[in-house]
Amino acid sequence: MFDTLSQRLSKVFDKLTGRGALSEADVTEALREVRVALLEADVALPVVKDFVARVKDRAIGSEVVKSVTPGQMVVKIVHDELVATLGTEGVELNLNAVPPAVILMVGLQGSGKTTTSGKLAVRLKAQKKKVLLASLDVYRPAAQQQLEILARQADVGSLPVVMGEMPVAITRRALEMGRREGYDVVVLDTAGRLHIDQELMAEVAAVRDVAKPVETLLVTDAMTGQDAVTLAREFNEKVGVTGIVLTRVDGDARGGAALSMRHVTGRPIKFLGQGEKLDALEVFHPDRIAGRILGMGDVVSLVEKAIETVDHDEAEKLAKRIQKGKFDLEDMLTQFKQVEKMGDLKGILGMLPGIGKMAAQLKDAKIDDKALGRQKAIIQSMTPAERRNADLIKASRKRRIAAGAGVSVQDVNKLIKQYQQMADMMKKVGKMGQKGFARHGLAGLLPPGGGGFGKFGR
Amino acid sequence: MSLFGFGKKKDETPAPAPAPEPVPEKEGWFARLKGGLAKSSSRLTTGIGDLFTKRKLDDEALEELEELLITADLGLATAQRVTRRLARTRFGQDVDAEDIRAALAEEMAEILTPVAQPLAPDFSRKPHVVLVVGVNGSGKTTTIGKLAKQFRDDGRSVTLAAGDTFRAAAVEQLKVWGERTGCPVICRDTGADAAGLAFDAVAEARARGDDLLFIDTAGRLQNKQGLMEELAKVVRVIKKQDETAPHDVLLVLDATVGQNAHSQVEAFKDMVDVTGLVLTKLDGTARGGVLVALAERFGLPVHAIGVGEQAGDLRPFAAEAFARSLVGLG
Ligand SMILES: Nc1nc2c(ncn2[C@@H]2O[C@H](COP(=O)(O)OP(=O)(O)OP(=O)(O)O)[C@@H](O)[C@H]2O)c(=O)[nH]1
Ligand SMILES: Nc1nc2c(ncn2[C@@H]2O[C@H](COP(=O)(O)OP(=O)(O)O)[C@@H](O)[C@H]2O)c(=O)[nH]1
Ligand SMILES: [Mg+2]
Ligand SMILES: [Mg+2]
Repeated sequence: MFDTLSQRLSKVFDKLTGRGALSEADVTEALREVRVALLEADVALPVVKDFVARVKDRAIGSEVVKSVTPGQMVVKIVHDELVATLGTEGVELNLNAVPPAVILMVGLQGSGKTTTSGKLAVRLKAQKKKVLLASLDVYRPAAQQQLEILARQADVGSLPVVMGEMPVAITRRALEMGRREGYDVVVLDTAGRLHIDQELMAEVAAVRDVAKPVETLLVTDAMTGQDAVTLAREFNEKVGVTGIVLTRVDGDARGGAALSMRHVTGRPIKFLGQGEKLDALEVFHPDRIAGRILGMGDVVSLVEKAIETVDHDEAEKLAKRIQKGKFDLEDMLTQFKQVEKMGDLKGILGMLPGIGKMAAQLKDAKIDDKALGRQKAIIQSMTPAERRNADLIKASRKRRIAAGAGVSVQDVNKLIKQYQQMADMMKKVGKMGQKGFARHGLAGLLPPGGGGFGKFGR
Repeated sequence: MSLFGFGKKKDETPAPAPAPEPVPEKEGWFARLKGGLAKSSSRLTTGIGDLFTKRKLDDEALEELEELLITADLGLATAQRVTRRLARTRFGQDVDAEDIRAALAEEMAEILTPVAQPLAPDFSRKPHVVLVVGVNGSGKTTTIGKLAKQFRDDGRSVTLAAGDTFRAAAVEQLKVWGERTGCPVICRDTGADAAGLAFDAVAEARARGDDLLFIDTAGRLQNKQGLMEELAKVVRVIKKQDETAPHDVLLVLDATVGQNAHSQVEAFKDMVDVTGLVLTKLDGTARGGVLVALAERFGLPVHAIGVGEQAGDLRPFAAEAFARSLVGLG
């Protein structure tokens, strides 16, 4: 979801690399781009201003003078500041209460509260908790029924619906049932409401006073725009938020709302909604997301995404090899096949370190099946030895491979060039390991000229 | 403090908005809209004195105006274009805040006026088929309920088709809207094929000689190729019944959305030839300024806006009022 932000930033840092020491002018220029990128990513204006000012303060001065590569320095400062804003560590649910611990779900209409309630139930159940779901949404048609169905799907308890009962009364009954039947956790799903709706905000405050939740989670859509600051502030002031859940992170929104809400509430982002199904919930790791914002997606995310859709063993093998810095044409072929299965080239590319800007060249990243097929055919026309060692592939072999795949020698050359760029990158990834990214930044990772991915689309 | 009052110092975190006044039940949409906007713009204006202070429209003032538009979700590029257009005629003049905001609103109204077009079904088609699409939770089902009421109140016969066969209780949700508005609802079980349902729905509505058929769909994120292709299939299958259908494809956008709206319109337009937009949830503090950018870029008609959760909470899209609301003027 942060793809475009990372592309923008990597463009900025490209300009900075190889220019010697970082001047105030450099910083100012880079930060102008950072500002634009953040605004386009829907980070709220006051938050952008604050963020840029902080980065500027840190960037101009001694820290920078000492730096070897200006790009690395700025990457590091922006990255650190992003992490600092997003929160410094992944925060789990707090369930420290005399059981049942109550989790209260709040948010605007349609933000994903009910679905997230179901997802939390699945998650907690897997942690051997006994979970009760209760719907306080007496307003939206069929809302209570929706949660009942999700409870059944999650195979957890569900508070029987009593027609005409109001939210505070439902809350009391839920707590009562929770205590009586020995539930560990009661999740209260509420109706969507506007933060300026006095009456409904008072209602949820009354529910809070009765339920005394250990967690009050504000559920917000990742595509939320500038209003994120207002809604987060209001919910926090009127209900008291303990954590934020960002939903629809599986979309292509740039997700600046995460930064905005975190900034105005100071509350941690606890989970990311990654899809409509009940297992699509992830713990939020600020450093990982900050890394993604900078186009430094990590191998872990790659593997996770891959595992969802592609062959488990293959994906793990590949990830291990990447970590070891090994990447041959056979691996590339495997990747092509997986990309084909995933149907979203941009998705997988975005997760590979430093590829954000190459993904940009894919434009809308609709996979051209024919191009992908051609590339596969080229590798498939190679001998096993050639696939393991690309250096073997000299002119005569190229002609043979081209003939075998029904393409021109030029196409074979292109593919080998692409492979070499990828392999170089994978080597660096392997060398640095995950921590290395944070330290060395992204500047060192990018191949010159952006690599050959642009050709996939044609 | 800037004279216009909507600038902010660099390191200033936003001040808490003042507690909103209670919004009485039966208030008109405009009052509600204004109420919401007053709340969000009260953050931006700092006092009545500002309104009477004149100031030169210089670069700094323009930047403040640009920022005002950015906070309304116009997006940086559009905000810049609009303020630049204003500068062409007003740069260097002495202006007061109210005036200049009004002028800014006029610039935007000019962009928006051509797209303010109500939904105009051709009832002779029997039925005029309207497919309703959009991302998850944007307000598709509710909007169908509202539109159904509107046309029922005009004495039209309307059928609803529960094409969201994915989300839990989505069918039941539309059934309630059917009861509320007195419209038959064609449905199948959750998990059924949405295209098949749409096919049957067109046949049934035609057999009954209905004026209008609204087909609901499951929310889907525009970057999910598989789900988008499913939607294209729904359209293809509808065409097997009536090759001129669907006669309208409404994309429902949530006013809270930021710049991602671009990607939404682009993708849905690509896949199912969106013919018009509906912007929902304008009763909140989000102002939906991205619509200005969308109007510039796609020129798709905006048929209506949603201002609440009830059947009566649908309004025609009024370019001028909307433009004024973007700059915090009622
Ligand atoms: N793709 C995707 N869809 C989601 C996610 N979370 C929720 N949804 C979808 O968003 C829509 C609204 O979700 P709900 O859980 O009903 O939202 P809600 O906040 O309870 O809505 P109201 O009760 O109507 O205010 C549904 O179509 C869900 O399937 C997510 O992380 N990714
Ligand atoms: N405040 C407000 N809420 C709305 C509006 N339109 C829809 N909603 C609410 O938004 C939520 C999602 O709407 P729904 O129609 O189920 O969305 P769908 O998933 O796109 O079909 C529901 O809680 C609706 O009541 C509106 O104009 N204003
Ligand atoms: Mg709900
Ligand atoms: Mg719906």
